[in-house]
Amino acid sequence: MTAPAAPVEPLVRIRGLTTVLNGKTIFDALDLDIPRGKVTAIMGPSGTGKTTLLKHITGQMRGDAGQVRVDGQNVPELSREKLFELREKIGYLFQNSALLTDYDVFENVAFPLRQHTKLPEVLIRNIVLTKLQAVGLRGAAALMPAELSGGMARRVALARAIVFDPMLILYDEPFVGLDPIALSQVLKLIRTLNETLGITSVLVAHELEAIKQVADQVYLIANGKVVAQGDPKTIANDGSPWTRQFFGGDIDGPVPFQYPAGDYAQALGLTGAKA
Amino acid sequence: MSAQPQRNVIANALAQIGEAGLFGLTLLAAVPRSMKHARETVRQLWFVGAMSLTIIMVCGLFVGMVLGLQLYYVLSIFGGTAASGTVVAIAIYRELGPVVTALLFAGRAGTSITAEIGLMRATDQLAAMEMMAVDPIAYVAVPRYLAGLIAMPLLCAVFCALGIFGGHLVGVTWLGIDNGTFWSNMTATVDVWKDVVNGIVIKSAVFGAVVSLIAVYQGYTTPPTSEGVAYATTRTVVASSIAILALDFVLTAFLM
Repeated sequence: MTAPAAPVEPLVRIRGLTTVLNGKTIFDALDLDIPRGKVTAIMGPSGTGKTTLLKHITGQMRGDAGQVRVDGQNVPELSREKLFELREKIGYLFQNSALLTDYDVFENVAFPLRQHTKLPEVLIRNIVLTKLQAVGLRGAAALMPAELSGGMARRVALARAIVFDPMLILYDEPFVGLDPIALSQVLKLIRTLNETLGITSVLVAHELEAIKQVADQVYLIANGKVVAQGDPKTIANDGSPWTRQFFGGDIDGPVPFQYPAGDYAQALGLTGAKA
Repeated sequence: MSAQPQRNVIANALAQIGEAGLFGLTLLAAVPRSMKHARETVRQLWFVGAMSLTIIMVCGLFVGMVLGLQLYYVLSIFGGTAASGTVVAIAIYRELGPVVTALLFAGRAGTSITAEIGLMRATDQLAAMEMMAVDPIAYVAVPRYLAGLIAMPLLCAVFCALGIFGGHLVGVTWLGIDNGTFWSNMTATVDVWKDVVNGIVIKSAVFGAVVSLIAVYQGYTTPPTSEGVAYATTRTVVASSIAILALDFVLTAFLM
């Protein structure tokens, strides 16, 4: 009889993460797991700290308390050298693609290879063209970033993010501003990369319909905590006020319509006036 | 006007100088790490040095021509036009060469360095490098700083050469000062160490280090907005100009 398999540790394990920025609590003892080989979506109202969470995972920011473990390493405790070693295994897709504007598409994708390896030019060329072929832009290798549409730029950034075959890819708002064709292309790429390369993916996004097509699980973050989690097809029906407002698009609810402000009558100078 | 805002302005200025100084130390500490990006330094040397050549040459020529013209009319009052070559050379080597080159360099290359790095920050390119495990200080900041440091003395030498040529063109070719007198008085009076080396090498290198530091620092620390980049570019020119003129006085006092 074989022994039962040990439970697989999540690739990212966050425990008790607390972050306060400019007096505002962004995360309040946040707990969250990103399982290996899955596509996990992080959703939540604007300003709730979704991109900040990605920055914690990659060590661009450090919280005030708590642990952020990536592949067993506690990121806030890593030295800069160790952090850079870890980042070589992580792909990050920025919301605005963040392509290097001085370089053409080919050199953008080749950039990490040139910086971290001494591979011969022929090999670099083959790797870059393979990645560009995977995102459908081999023919655009000679174009400059300014010549690309938003969707093309995001696909080039994706090719750059996967050039080292990372264990983890973080997508920050990958669907924003895409037309339906580009959206379908990006969705297909995310799913294909996840399935063919076994990459763990984390998506920060607002678009539930797109998330339903691509994600295996969803976390809804609000008020500094995970307020709902589960299957993307059913999470909208879990009945909590947060999910009802967020997925229903209600104007008011746990997320107030009005930004916190002082007394309205006082602001208008009506205090003490007769009603 | 109350004393409080004045104190704040002075305190902010001192804080900025302190931060820029610490940033300068960070740059120097990153120089060994940036050695593997030597190609990037050469590329930047082309952008900030070679691409500034035209403006430096044209301005050097006109500064020399104006100087030759003014000196001719002033010296002719005393019958001393023979000293024109000497005065042109000393004025250009000691002061006008390094100072005007540095001011032009701040306006042409300094602003472009600030705007480029500021836009790289605003468009997340620096963050993208961080995420690709590439140190942006070593890859972006240090090559531009070193390029400015190397380019300034070279540009100053070109400016001085064109300035003296301009002075010769006006004084000798157009106004009829004797060619032999122009050159012999100049070579007899100008001292290689006190005039040429102090001006072209020492002053230019110091100005290059300071202007490049200000330009890189302003770009690197600018708020990532279009307004932030615009202000940072302006601050580069203003701070560089003040620093060049103030340092010029200090250096002149020490190098006399």
